[in-house]
Amino acid sequence: MDWHQLWEIASAPDNVPIVALLFLVPFYTWYGLRQALATDRLIGQLEADPKLAKTHHRKIFPFQPGWSREVHVWPYLMRIEFLAAVIVTFVLMVWSITLNAPLEEPANPNLTMNPAKAPWYFLGLQEMLVYFDPWIAGVLMPTLIIMGLMVIPYVDANPLGNGYYTFKQRRIAILSFIFGFLGLWVLMIIVGTFIRGPGWMWFWPGQTWDHNKLVFEVNRDLHQVIPFRWIVPQHPITVGLFGASVVGLYYLVAGYGLHWLMQLNQHTRKIYNRMSLLQYLTIQFFAITMLGLPVKMALRLLFRIKYVWVTPWFNV
Amino acid sequence: MAEEKPEQPQGAGEKKGLSAVVEQAQEKARALKDRAVEEAKAYREPQKTQLFRSIFRVKHDAEPRNRALSVLSNVFFHLHPAKINRDAVRYSYTWGMGGITFYVFLVLTVTGVLLMFYYHPTKVQAFRDILYLEHDVPFGKLLRNMHRWAAHLMIITVWLHMFRVFLTGSYKTPREFNWSIGVLLLVLTMLLSFTGYLLPDDQLGFWAITVGTSMARATPLLGHEGPFGPQLGMTPYNDVRFALLGGSIVDANALLRSYIWHCIALPLVAAIFMGVHFWRVRKDGGISGPAPVLLESEIKEQKGPTPVIMRPSGMR
Repeated sequence: MDWHQLWEIASAPDNVPIVALLFLVPFYTWYGLRQALATDRLIGQLEADPKLAKTHHRKIFPFQPGWSREVHVWPYLMRIEFLAAVIVTFVLMVWSITLNAPLEEPANPNLTMNPAKAPWYFLGLQEMLVYFDPWIAGVLMPTLIIMGLMVIPYVDANPLGNGYYTFKQRRIAILSFIFGFLGLWVLMIIVGTFIRGPGWMWFWPGQTWDHNKLVFEVNRDLHQVIPFRWIVPQHPITVGLFGASVVGLYYLVAGYGLHWLMQLNQHTRKIYNRMSLLQYLTIQFFAITMLGLPVKMALRLLFRIKYVWVTPWFNV
Repeated sequence: MAEEKPEQPQGAGEKKGLSAVVEQAQEKARALKDRAVEEAKAYREPQKTQLFRSIFRVKHDAEPRNRALSVLSNVFFHLHPAKINRDAVRYSYTWGMGGITFYVFLVLTVTGVLLMFYYHPTKVQAFRDILYLEHDVPFGKLLRNMHRWAAHLMIITVWLHMFRVFLTGSYKTPREFNWSIGVLLLVLTMLLSFTGYLLPDDQLGFWAITVGTSMARATPLLGHEGPFGPQLGMTPYNDVRFALLGGSIVDANALLRSYIWHCIALPLVAAIFMGVHFWRVRKDGGISGPAPVLLESEIKEQKGPTPVIMRPSGMR
């Protein structure tokens, strides 16, 4: 166990935000979900007792009959904003006094940094480069992430859970967002920061970064793996067609799987019935594409498969 | 002169005359003091002064009308409503992340402008300017540290803001469009940070930008290593990466371009989007909650799925 190496990574000034992220993201996930569960208990009560539903103020916060429902922004909000500004300024001051911004040697194109890492917030994309070609990891995926995020409000046909924390009323939405945000984006940033060392190789936390480490891995394309090597004629055209059909098959199978999930219980069926075909297909497309990332990661890490679909112009 | 002479021999008279003058002066001083005290008393209520009224326009007291006016009639506060949901001021609901993000943006603007006084975006001087800032400029190191850490903090707070908005379902009708603007602001925030990374012109920034922009060469159709790029005549000297860097390598032009994007173009665009974002928060009915819980039994189920996916906000 090389504690020094671990400390060197964790204490690199630019990695401090990620260390903060390690605490902040779980904290706020817990903080939000705790309120969601409290609301869910209230929803359960109100559903069980229609009389209470008519009289209750329907929030998890205390409320007395005489209280006004609104408060003046001045001073009740302005003072909080002022306090927040003071606290943030104080935190930034202390952070800036205690920790210096990194400055390496002058830029030198002849001296490659190893590992050459992107800024920490893009490390998820850089980690994706292990599993996909740059045109997917660096261009297509970021575009799809942005488009997928922007499209969320237009495909989420569930009118419940607007303006309060809840889990029960929005299970699928919340689970898929947490999967994408925590399970993929944040996790890959953490892998890119703490695990990846020289040559972008896998070093467990506490393992010494060995600049001479070599990995004797033979990565093969799917059509070269044993059963397929016998079946698929190794000609560019047939290989390309084979890859296209595998990717197509993945979309069909994953689509069917998601569809099966949507029919699983009354809650999901209701959501499904509210959606138009276009909404449903959009969700399917983005969900399947997002799931393609962990699938490809598993193929690469467990079966050492580099490409699924090989063509003369691009590889997937 | 002539009048003074006869008084000279009378010593007592002279004293009397002197004391009379002193007394007179004292009386005048007393009167002046009284006047000053009286006026000073008025300053115990500075809100009644002409100066105060000319600046703030309204009386400063706990009257509901004036509390409302002090927000509405102030150019910096008027983005707020006069009154808000009493539970909306709770930290547990908003986590304060959107406001903190905006405040950090302001901190970045101020520190950024100060840094610009000391920085030349040229290969010869950029790195030396950073050294100069760190070692010679009074508080230069603090300034640079603060700009750096505030940039990292802003990315974290933007992510957490998005996370909160998702968990509370705040993107739902009528706030769909504002969510999409928020996604663009998220992208702009990361681009702002990314373009600033190169400016110290050190190894860290150089290689991060080299890694980052090398993805652009793999852009489908528009990059010289992307799918169908070479077929469309893309070379390292005319593709999208060349446009970003102003050259085929990260050099002087890239430094100038990232400087202009970082200091002028992106902040302008971000400020415009921020204006729209805040304005829409108000126009869409203020912040989304905490809203009273809606029960599943209370939604009017439509017959069949919604026919048009992108219905305008507010329309049912």
